[in-house]
Amino acid sequence: MEKHLKVSAIKDGTVIDHIPTKALFKVIKILQLEDCSQMVTFGNNLDSKAMGTKAIIKIANRYFADEVVNKIALVAPHAKLNTIREYEVIEKRVVETPKEIIGIVNCFNPVCITNAENITTRFEVISERPIALKCFYCEKITNENEMVFR
Amino acid sequence: MKAKSLISITDFTKEEYLKIMRLAEDFEANPNQKLLQGKVIATLFFEPSTRTRLSFETAINRLGGKIIGFSDSSSSSVSKGETLHDTIRMVSNYADMIIMRHPLEGSARYASEVSSVPVINAGDGANQHPSQTLLDMYSIIKTQGSLDNINLFLVGDLKYGRTVHSLLMAMLQFENPIFNFIAPPELALPNEYKIHLTSKGIRYFEHSEFTDIINAADIIYMTRVQKERFIDPFEYEKVKNVYILKNDMLKNTKENMRILHPLPRINEIHTDVDNNPKAYYFTQAKNGVYTRMAIIAHLLNLK
Ligand SMILES: [Zn+2]
Repeated sequence: MEKHLKVSAIKDGTVIDHIPTKALFKVIKILQLEDCSQMVTFGNNLDSKAMGTKAIIKIANRYFADEVVNKIALVAPHAKLNTIREYEVIEKRVVETPKEIIGIVNCFNPVCITNAENITTRFEVISERPIALKCFYCEKITNENEMVFR
Repeated sequence: MKAKSLISITDFTKEEYLKIMRLAEDFEANPNQKLLQGKVIATLFFEPSTRTRLSFETAINRLGGKIIGFSDSSSSSVSKGETLHDTIRMVSNYADMIIMRHPLEGSARYASEVSSVPVINAGDGANQHPSQTLLDMYSIIKTQGSLDNINLFLVGDLKYGRTVHSLLMAMLQFENPIFNFIAPPELALPNEYKIHLTSKGIRYFEHSEFTDIINAADIIYMTRVQKERFIDPFEYEKVKNVYILKNDMLKNTKENMRILHPLPRINEIHTDVDNNPKAYYFTQAKNGVYTRMAIIAHLLNLK
């Protein structure tokens, strides 16, 4: 059943599947996998029945809390997470778009205070598809095509 | 516990709006109530706005408070590169309340998070200026006897005009408002507000002609077209003289109708309107002092 084996299997850890190919490196950044000392393997432009092509990431010995995983909803709303123990999938999760986004993206408004001082951004998610974020500070809307990741 | 601040008009409930209206009326009847005796209020104007600052400082003086602060950031430590964070941390240790104006949007909300004392937003860029809206509401209730059943005509820059957007949001809290929007297409009300009105079942009408349709108005709220909002100066030149209110247009308007304007005006209200009893904008500015006294007293739990 495992078509994923184009990217080598892991014994324990997390597999993030159904990532849009364009979002792969954003997901890596959001989950701060650059700093991860565990084995991280990924594949991009893999065949997908549902998406045409997709990306996949496997992280050995790392497990993610829901609120961490949900951060990737901004770029990979259809991603699926499998928790692996002893090569078996013991849990499947989907990403849920959080009501509030803390950090991660910049406010699109150039005269927003968050772009002038060292302030953690904060947005209310006012639309999920496409994403629209309302800045808690300047109250302006940042749309999906305007999102810049911190 | 976080101190209660006023950053956006929607921070207040309908009950709070009505309380501010009652307090303003009380302060107008008895302007010298020394409720701020022994208190220090900081007025931090990171960009100059003489009109707003004088109104707040008059309110503080009438309440018997002392004022610290600056009227322009070039004369303060801010020009030496101090962050807003550090300025607010420092001043909130000195003062019982901070009233601030700042060119960056969201600055006042951020200051209210950093500050241990209440913050009043006296304008954060093009974003919010809630005391202006409360004084507009006080002017409406004073001249119309109620905030319910008001036919409100909003004229001029409805796209960038923050006073228009805030007044609209506040009036939605009251019964049966009717909105008439008069603006050139370039400066029409943003769609998000129209969607919001439709979803609440509120009646509104859009016009691009400034004609005798104003005869139905209870309030005509004029705004100026601000040059600094335009990226392209040619766009500004095209629309700056589109809607000018003149005295002969007022002949058949309702007896109770009053003309409001957040001031300063440029040329959008002809000076021949000034002596018409329906011209209310100078009294409106005076109402600002009582309204600001009311806001200060409410946030500091003095009334
Ligand atoms: Zn912002």
